[in-house]
Amino acid sequence: MANAREVKQRIRSVKNIAQVTRALQAVSASRVRKAMDAMYHTRPYAHKAWQVLTHIAEQPDRELLHPLLTTRDEIRNVLVVMISSDRGLAGPYNTNILRATLRAFDETPAKVRYISVGRKGTELLYRRGKEIMADFSGLPAEPTFADISPIGRIAVEEFLSGNADEVYLMYTDFVNMVRQDPVKKKLLPLETESAEGLVQAEFANSRRVSAAYLYEPGEEEILDEIIPNFTRLQVFQAVLESFASEHAARMVAMQNATDNAGELAGLLQLEYNKARQLSITSDILDIVGGAEALAKSK
Amino acid sequence: MTIRCEIASQDRLVFEGEADIVVLPGVNGEMGVLPNHAPLLTTLNLGVIKVRHEGREEIFTVTGGLAEIQPDIVTILADAAEHVDEIDIARAEEARARAQELLEQGPPPEDLDRYLAIEAALKRSTLRLDAVRRYRSGRSRIPQREEPRGE
Repeated sequence: MANAREVKQRIRSVKNIAQVTRALQAVSASRVRKAMDAMYHTRPYAHKAWQVLTHIAEQPDRELLHPLLTTRDEIRNVLVVMISSDRGLAGPYNTNILRATLRAFDETPAKVRYISVGRKGTELLYRRGKEIMADFSGLPAEPTFADISPIGRIAVEEFLSGNADEVYLMYTDFVNMVRQDPVKKKLLPLETESAEGLVQAEFANSRRVSAAYLYEPGEEEILDEIIPNFTRLQVFQAVLESFASEHAARMVAMQNATDNAGELAGLLQLEYNKARQLSITSDILDIVGGAEALAKSK
Repeated sequence: MTIRCEIASQDRLVFEGEADIVVLPGVNGEMGVLPNHAPLLTTLNLGVIKVRHEGREEIFTVTGGLAEIQPDIVTILADAAEHVDEIDIARAEEARARAQELLEQGPPPEDLDRYLAIEAALKRSTLRLDAVRRYRSGRSRIPQREEPRGE
């Protein structure tokens, strides 16, 4: 059994850690609220854009409408946009998205390249020898559309230039404070049927259009603008969802750490008490033994 | 018979409600949309959207975007949109003055993008101020908000 002084030192360090984790927990709690707010603000626009796009996809001959809607016969190159976080201490958040990504793409016969958003994800992919074509680390805590749109632009450019035949998005869907799910979403070519999540559920039974659209100025100009723009919007929404998930995951992880530290401090306190009692007992035994020896020798 | 009108900007839902007619700044000129319009997709110019319903008219400024028209609904996806009563006059004045000042210094030849961005900022603030001047005094019956919101 450790001696009392050592145990006391450990108790102090455990309590210090608890203080840090409690502070991190408070910070994450306020961040998650802000991130959720941002997420909910952009939802109306994202939903409506989705609705318009669904209508476009229901037009006759959609495959011929625009190159970004056209599925390629042979998939040789795949581009994956993976969204993680810049900082750790977020529980299983970063490993979950990495595991989901590797599971989804390690078996693919096509050549896979990555765009990583978040420093942790970049490190994890790099360590596994994955090819990273772009790294977006250090995004602001409350990103604007303009901060995120370069990611979508690269994705569109790579697709149009033929460097990628499919583009996927891996992000963490914010379900609620205790549940965040890694999600795989096909970004390009655009297929409205394959989309998952909230948006689709809401529009699954929305009314259908029968007539073909009139376009002003022209079909090409409009689709050239709306489709890349919507791709960027999807990436933006995914980043906001992921940020909210990150903060929620960190908050839960820190809460657990604080609880565990409290428990550990309790156990150590018990150990300390035992050690202290033991040392007193042996002190008393020494004294008693000494006194008896003295009495005998007289 | 009315047509539904929904206006969303990138950061919020600006307006939703019924309308007798919606007037939009389409790329090929201003267009009035009545119920039962043919399906149409159009990009929008910088300009003013008017939503008329039962004699009252709501005015919004829009800095570009897209409108989808269906027989029973007009969906407007605006880059930025504001109700005329929400416009922060002081901020718009300030933005216009700043842009004008920058433009008078002449275009820096190597940085065309920046020049265009300033020009666009000037157009936006001018649009807002014009809209306030033309439409705010009593023509729209929405009470003015305590705190005008920004973009």
